[in-house]
Amino acid sequence: MPEGNGTYDTFPKLLLLHARERGSHPAIREKALGIWQSWTWGAVAGEIEALACGLARAGLVRGVHVAVIGANRPRLYWTITAAQALGAIPVPFYEDAVAQEMVYVFQNAEIEFAVVEDQEQADKLFEIMPQCPKLKHVWYDDPRGLRHYPQPELASYESLAEAGRAFSKENPRFFTDQVARGTGGDTAIMLYTSGTTGHPKGVVLSHDNLVHASRAYAELESLRDDEEVLAYLPMAWIGQNLFSYAQWMVVGFRINCIESGETVITDMREIGPTYYFAPPRVLEALLTQVTIRMEDASWVKRRMFQHFMELARRVGSDILDHHAVGAWDRFRYAMGGLLVYAPLKNSLGMSRVRVAYTAGEAIGPDLFVFYRSLGINLKQLYGSTETSVMVCVQPDGEVKPDTVGPPMKGVEIRVLDSGEIVLRCPGLFLAYYKNDEATRAAKDAEGWFHTGDAGFFDAAGHLKIIDRAKDVGKLSGGTLFAPKYLENKLKFFPHIKEAVAFGQGRPEATAMVNIDVQAVGDWAERRGIPYSGYTDLAAKPQVVQLIRECVEKVNADLARDPNLAASQIHRFVILHKELDADDGELTRTRKVRRGFIGEKYATIVDALYSGAASCVVEAQVRFEDGRTGNIRAELPVNPAKTFARQALKAAA
Amino acid sequence: MNLRDAEPQVAARTVGEVILAVENISLAFGGVKALSEVSFEVREHEVRAIIGPNGAGKSSMLNVINGVYRPQQGRITFRGETRDHMDPRHSAERGIARTFQSLALFKGMSVLDNILAGRNLKMKSNLLLQALRVGPALREEIAHRRKVEEIIDFLEIAHVRKTPVGRLPYGLQKRVDLGRALAAEPRVLLLDEPMAGMNVEEKQDMSRFILDVNDEFGTTIVLIEHDMGVVMDLSDRVVVLDYGRKIADGTPDEVRASQAVIDAYLGVKH
Repeated sequence: MPEGNGTYDTFPKLLLLHARERGSHPAIREKALGIWQSWTWGAVAGEIEALACGLARAGLVRGVHVAVIGANRPRLYWTITAAQALGAIPVPFYEDAVAQEMVYVFQNAEIEFAVVEDQEQADKLFEIMPQCPKLKHVWYDDPRGLRHYPQPELASYESLAEAGRAFSKENPRFFTDQVARGTGGDTAIMLYTSGTTGHPKGVVLSHDNLVHASRAYAELESLRDDEEVLAYLPMAWIGQNLFSYAQWMVVGFRINCIESGETVITDMREIGPTYYFAPPRVLEALLTQVTIRMEDASWVKRRMFQHFMELARRVGSDILDHHAVGAWDRFRYAMGGLLVYAPLKNSLGMSRVRVAYTAGEAIGPDLFVFYRSLGINLKQLYGSTETSVMVCVQPDGEVKPDTVGPPMKGVEIRVLDSGEIVLRCPGLFLAYYKNDEATRAAKDAEGWFHTGDAGFFDAAGHLKIIDRAKDVGKLSGGTLFAPKYLENKLKFFPHIKEAVAFGQGRPEATAMVNIDVQAVGDWAERRGIPYSGYTDLAAKPQVVQLIRECVEKVNADLARDPNLAASQIHRFVILHKELDADDGELTRTRKVRRGFIGEKYATIVDALYSGAASCVVEAQVRFEDGRTGNIRAELPVNPAKTFARQALKAAA
Repeated sequence: MNLRDAEPQVAARTVGEVILAVENISLAFGGVKALSEVSFEVREHEVRAIIGPNGAGKSSMLNVINGVYRPQQGRITFRGETRDHMDPRHSAERGIARTFQSLALFKGMSVLDNILAGRNLKMKSNLLLQALRVGPALREEIAHRRKVEEIIDFLEIAHVRKTPVGRLPYGLQKRVDLGRALAAEPRVLLLDEPMAGMNVEEKQDMSRFILDVNDEFGTTIVLIEHDMGVVMDLSDRVVVLDYGRKIADGTPDEVRASQAVIDAYLGVKH
């Protein structure tokens, strides 16, 4: 790993370093036509030089924004570095963003150049072009279906790189000169935060920010240049950007681009990543699959699985953390490794994982412990786009399911009286793009960043996050109400996919629930309950009873916590449709937009508090092809048992 | 579901010369006349639909074109060569491939192997070399595999590449069947009810793939379909059969306006 001596302070400089030092090592792989194709660092540097020259010839200059739209594709990664080499600023987009969502960003960042993956993305750009007159050039990677497009703005990636090669032949020093002009303080990338309210904000991050954060992680985990990393999360997400781009460039390991979203599991098994990053929902989907497959397995296998998983839950984490465990248990754990854990890890593609991180949302303790008990070193970290994901991480041996660990090196954290966490760190963003007001609100005069998260330090100095600070409120009785905390507790049940809690200024807490169609559908099939789809399944009385049991378990748990006993969930409604980002109910990173949902389903909220037995809702849904339609349903309001104060006393 | 209208920027493909012509075809099974003096032509790169009520002789017509049935009367001209009838092997070698109304796939074999099977006519090296996987046979196999992978990519079935076909949902099996036919790199593709039994979403997907095949590979397509919306959207020209006779031939709009077609579909007052 190169030293942080200032010479290699930008990504293009790091690229040239790798091309020199490990030019023949594979840098990036992509599964194309069923085979993993790889490019060495030398080849990657050549591609990026051609691309940068091509972009420069097309008129890209320092400080201009370039849109990068698509799934994880080597050429899109190269586009990021090529733009950075010219001092231009790449702006990655979520590939599933609908055209109208892109308009704001294109206008806000005054984007003139776009490199897109395929026809789908190009179509979106041509749809919004009348609203974004600055957009002049669109280059595509995959030519399929685009051959007959007459638009003069459109050209292929190949033609761009070809023009670049011709240009660099005439100006052989152009690329290296451009790279040399860059400094660590330059803007490296702009990422738009999905924003639970209002327009997205462009977070401006410098090379210094990202390089610092990446080095901090690399040192902490002693990352090497032979790590294998799977690139499968959206490029517009800071997590993906830090772990698969910034750290890739800083450490010089290998990233592997998956074939498609549907092949992740196969691809992961083939690559066997050594360093893995997954948001909780991905880990949860994997666990759900394992559980379903085990329920279909033969009786012997099922028993064996249950027996050894029970053992793993008891001693697995301790063995991973090198705590004292009895010799007999150690022997049995080793047997379990042979019979259950190793084959399971292999089928999850996690046999070689040395360290795995999860972040983005709170993770359920059962889920977290499941992976750790198998011997997978899964750890939580805390950070945001604005901090280059560099705030807290759990060090080896000090991993707890309900905290995010102590602050990383160089990070200062304070908890304000309001409960809000504020911090200073080297990864802290420069500004929100063209939004001084928001920048000033987030970053005060002394450089403290207001995270908007509420939390506290536990006795061991680990940070514990409970909710967004602005969402933490009070019930009308004056006791603390943290909706996200309740929602997460509900979502930790495999049968509940999403939950939205209400209670601000109300006498008691209530919730709306989305069932998990896969898990509940499987549950229903095993009991011979017929259903036609989500809406039908959600309305089955047996399902209501199932969800009621989950809610009551949460209540029993809450009753034990002195601060939160009052926010037990008194009533709940199972929604008739799944919350969807296309309907504006979730953000693109799948966080619930509570305020929006509260307004949209005001009739349900009223019914939850009016004592009505049911309510009628009509909701507009947007289908995948862009049409809209109405769903009308009558939803029962279901009461749930709450637990009295004596439970609290018994526990205290 | 007008797919062509949704993409106005796509330039029309250049429809070429006549590639396939049937003249005065009559086919009878014993006393049952399946086809009587049917003539029509198919131009290169076009999408040609054959429609008609049940028992109109649509599938029989396809079977005549690829040589499964021998007509008692008439002539078929394919790529400049005129014959009294085709035979299946000859038509396959000359570039006609088809998909089947009831799927014809190896249920226990993977998607990959099924599509690879569609290339059997293109495999040149002998059985022994193939079994040993040496020298030219290995090189050949790699080339075939590449072609098959391109088809898998094209049809977006990479996620089920190694899954046995029997375990796939019906809509995907239909897509694999199309892939198997495409593996022969046909000049003319005969599709026998490619969308039968599909839901709306699967139909939309399949329509897109048919248009893409036509567009990307320039493959001429002759299709039988019951869903009128699909036929009118997809095809350049339509032949209408009724009781084994041709009752109309023309663009979708012309056919839709034809009194004979309206009578055949809606019935006539007697």
